[in-house]
Amino acid sequence: MGTKLPGKTRQSAAALLCALAAGTASAGYALNLTEGVTSISREAYRLHMLALWVCVVIAIVVFGAMAWSIYHHRKSRGAVAASFHDNTRVEIVWTILPFLVLVGLAIPATTALIAMHDTSNADLTIKITGQQWSWRYDYLKEDIGFVSNLDEKSAAAAKLGSGVDPRSVEHYLLNVDKPLVVPVGKKVRFLLNASDVIHSWWLPDLGFKKDAIPGFVNEIWARIEKPGIYRGQCTELCGVGHGFMPIVLIAMNEPDYQAWLTAQREAVAKAKAGVDRVWTKEELLAKGEEVYAKTCAACHLPGGEGIPGAFKALKGSTIVKGPVADHIDRVMNGKPGTAMPSFAAQLDDADIAAVITHERNAWGNNMGDLVQPAQIKAARK
Amino acid sequence: MTEIALPQHHEHEHPRGITRWLFTTNHKDIGTLYLLFAVSMLFIGGSFAMVVRAELFQPGLQFVNPHFFNQMTTMHALVMIFGAVMPAFVGLANWMIPMMIGAPDMALPRLNNWSFWLLPFAFTLLLSTLFMPGGAPAGGWTMYPPLVLQTGMAFPFLIFAVHLMGISSVMGAINVITTVFNMRAPGMSYTKLPLFVWTWVITAFLLIAAMPVLAGAVTMLLTDKYFGTSFFNAAGGGDPVMFQHVFWFFGHPEVYIMILPAFGIVSQIVPTFARKPLFGYTSMIYAVASIAFLSFIVWAHHMFTVGMPLAGELFFMYSTVLIAVPTGVKVFNWIATMWRGSMTFETPMLWALCFIILFSIGGFSGLMLGLAPADFQYQDTYFVVAHFHYVLVTGAVFAIIAGVYFWLPKWTGRMYDERLGKLHFWLSAISVNLLFFPQHFLGLAGMPRRIPDYAVQYAEWNMLSSIGAFIFGASQLIFVYVVIRAMSGHGEQATDQVWEGAHGLEWTLSSPPPYHSFNEPPKVP
Ligand code: HEM
Ligand SMILES: [Cu+2]
Repeated sequence: MGTKLPGKTRQSAAALLCALAAGTASAGYALNLTEGVTSISREAYRLHMLALWVCVVIAIVVFGAMAWSIYHHRKSRGAVAASFHDNTRVEIVWTILPFLVLVGLAIPATTALIAMHDTSNADLTIKITGQQWSWRYDYLKEDIGFVSNLDEKSAAAAKLGSGVDPRSVEHYLLNVDKPLVVPVGKKVRFLLNASDVIHSWWLPDLGFKKDAIPGFVNEIWARIEKPGIYRGQCTELCGVGHGFMPIVLIAMNEPDYQAWLTAQREAVAKAKAGVDRVWTKEELLAKGEEVYAKTCAACHLPGGEGIPGAFKALKGSTIVKGPVADHIDRVMNGKPGTAMPSFAAQLDDADIAAVITHERNAWGNNMGDLVQPAQIKAARK
Repeated sequence: MTEIALPQHHEHEHPRGITRWLFTTNHKDIGTLYLLFAVSMLFIGGSFAMVVRAELFQPGLQFVNPHFFNQMTTMHALVMIFGAVMPAFVGLANWMIPMMIGAPDMALPRLNNWSFWLLPFAFTLLLSTLFMPGGAPAGGWTMYPPLVLQTGMAFPFLIFAVHLMGISSVMGAINVITTVFNMRAPGMSYTKLPLFVWTWVITAFLLIAAMPVLAGAVTMLLTDKYFGTSFFNAAGGGDPVMFQHVFWFFGHPEVYIMILPAFGIVSQIVPTFARKPLFGYTSMIYAVASIAFLSFIVWAHHMFTVGMPLAGELFFMYSTVLIAVPTGVKVFNWIATMWRGSMTFETPMLWALCFIILFSIGGFSGLMLGLAPADFQYQDTYFVVAHFHYVLVTGAVFAIIAGVYFWLPKWTGRMYDERLGKLHFWLSAISVNLLFFPQHFLGLAGMPRRIPDYAVQYAEWNMLSSIGAFIFGASQLIFVYVVIRAMSGHGEQATDQVWEGAHGLEWTLSSPPPYHSFNEPPKVP
């Protein structure tokens, strides 16, 4: 089922609602749900519009009756109060009618819900892991996986007092460094879980959101109809980085997707080689600063000063100025029961080595020592 | 001293000064304390909201860092729900229930004193966390683990404060039930109870059933954090989703705890100014009772996205949308009450009418949210924020304000300033829509809730919403002025009946009423 409302009616409804709120209808305004690019998002959209119109009609009837009596049955117009105070027949009618309306809404909602739950016969499966505060994507069977962070321009502009106008940043807060890529026309199954707290993965154009919960695996699916770039955000409060956890998905035609896969496999091989060699101090410090800004600065702040009571200062910290082994352990395994997550799965050996080296030498910590990727590799055992 | 042995039913005997307020067991004094407490919390919780709206005025971070922003949203919700709306309803119950049923006081006056005085302690604990290292709780008022377990020093204070609020509410509920069951004047049968009393009795049962569930949930959080249990920790064999089930088994009835007494208030006001008896008295009671019952079987609609089995999602969807039926009956009955009435529009009536319209809008969005496939798009977006503010602000809070204007002349013996009351109404009614209506669009267009900063396409509506918020906040100062004026004895002397169309025992008492409402059981008309 579904409403067969012509596009024009829809647009005028949107314009009407807009005018109701502000008196000005402007095309640039964020206004309504997206129709999206999957069968599911389309069903959700149709259900939404159907429910909206049902509500608008009921509102007109109810508020109309109210307006009528407010106007006509006023004491100042000489209205004299009647004395009736119930009428069983009317009361039964206005119990049953709304019930029937609900049945009318529940039928399309039920069919949509059943379709959403059918994750069988998927062409490919991607595991999504929510973590504070980025998304990790693993392509099962393809042996590739990567972490997707808020892009650097947004991250820099979003700092308190950054002095950067968000309007000058393209896709401010809705852009990532490494987007998820999937082929169009294929049934993709997504498996969701989380490594620390609950997150929620939402791409409006795909028609759903689903929570990513530590210790659980949730399933959803999508068959994307059109190539394009689709954007969304984390929608479960997950700590200070909650507003800075965008999701970007690129849907590609099959050949492009295959080319992308090949490039990814090569990059994985290259990263492996990087981990196996000895790095210079300059390399470690440069890489470390970059990783720190992206991964650690949200809590420990860019200057390592932390937020007293909530996030430990790294400047002069006993761990950072203590034995290297403890420092490695804290970064790799986190501190359970606090906001300090485990980075073992999120960062590779070179990243961890570099960021530890950076922390031990920045902000006057001046430990002077280096940590090599090989040490991290050894610590993983 | 023989005087002490005398029954306390003499007006001239009550203590004066500070001890009157500390040790009072009088329902009117306690009602006043509750209401004053609620209004001060309204302003504290409101100022947190202003911080939030100021930060969201423009994209980019201007004033606060994300950690403090999360503290503000969390504390705003906790203070408004447990500090403003619930105590305000209890205050109205304390003032009005004995007067409406022809009783001298509440049934358990000493308990009444305790239930009030727990609150200042609870909120001192809660608010003090703002000054602790690490700050106040920042994991949302829903306190979902594992996130809430990352709270620092504030954590035990949060749990203990919630316990105290819960104890206070349950004691208040017990008092309401005992009073209504045992203290009615002869002839005041259940079918003659005013609707405000009925809705409060049903609310009291909800409180007794729901608050202990919350207490259990937060106690489990406490032992997870400090005693090594794993109720909600998957790594230890627990289940974080279990917390959500337990929380919302409390939380959904809780949202009805915050609206049922509002239904009662509006059902007193509309007949008074329509000069016509309430339409469908009996179906109103059935509607309230069935809403209360349904509120216990729909909790999981707050968590459609956690990944329930299909059968579960269908069940919670059907039961949720079913609530629209009794809710509709109530709205239709109010309108039938106005139909062919002889209406006037004094300030309380304006607030009550505005309640009916705006609460219905909140009900419409509630219906939309109840349809699970659509809710997968709405959940945790600003659409939800718009929904629950329509039901809580233009619903619960507007009804409370309506009730205060309605009963203030009775309480103080003075008419409030009608011109200022209307000004307060119009400013609030317009600004509150400017504040919350655009949030529907923001949510639909994809803005998640509880974020300190947003993408630039959401800028216009957010700016409007913030402007609405500032005007709405400022307008409430008029309210304070109007109330203080009447309390300090300014304004015209009110008659006993106050409103031409007012009926009921409370209007047979003098304005202000005697310290003990009915020393002699009144004759019920
Ligand atoms: C027709 C009646 C109503 C229906 C069908 C309804 C339905 C819903 C649904 C499905 C949600 C979950 C939305 C989501 O998170 O995706 C919700 C949220 C909420 N509702 Fe209602 N609702 C109704 C009336 C009320 C009333 C009367 C109140 C309180 C006075 C209320 C207060 C809330 C609150 C506070 C939330 C948000 C809770 C949170 O996530 O923090 N609702 N409602
Ligand atoms: Cu998240």
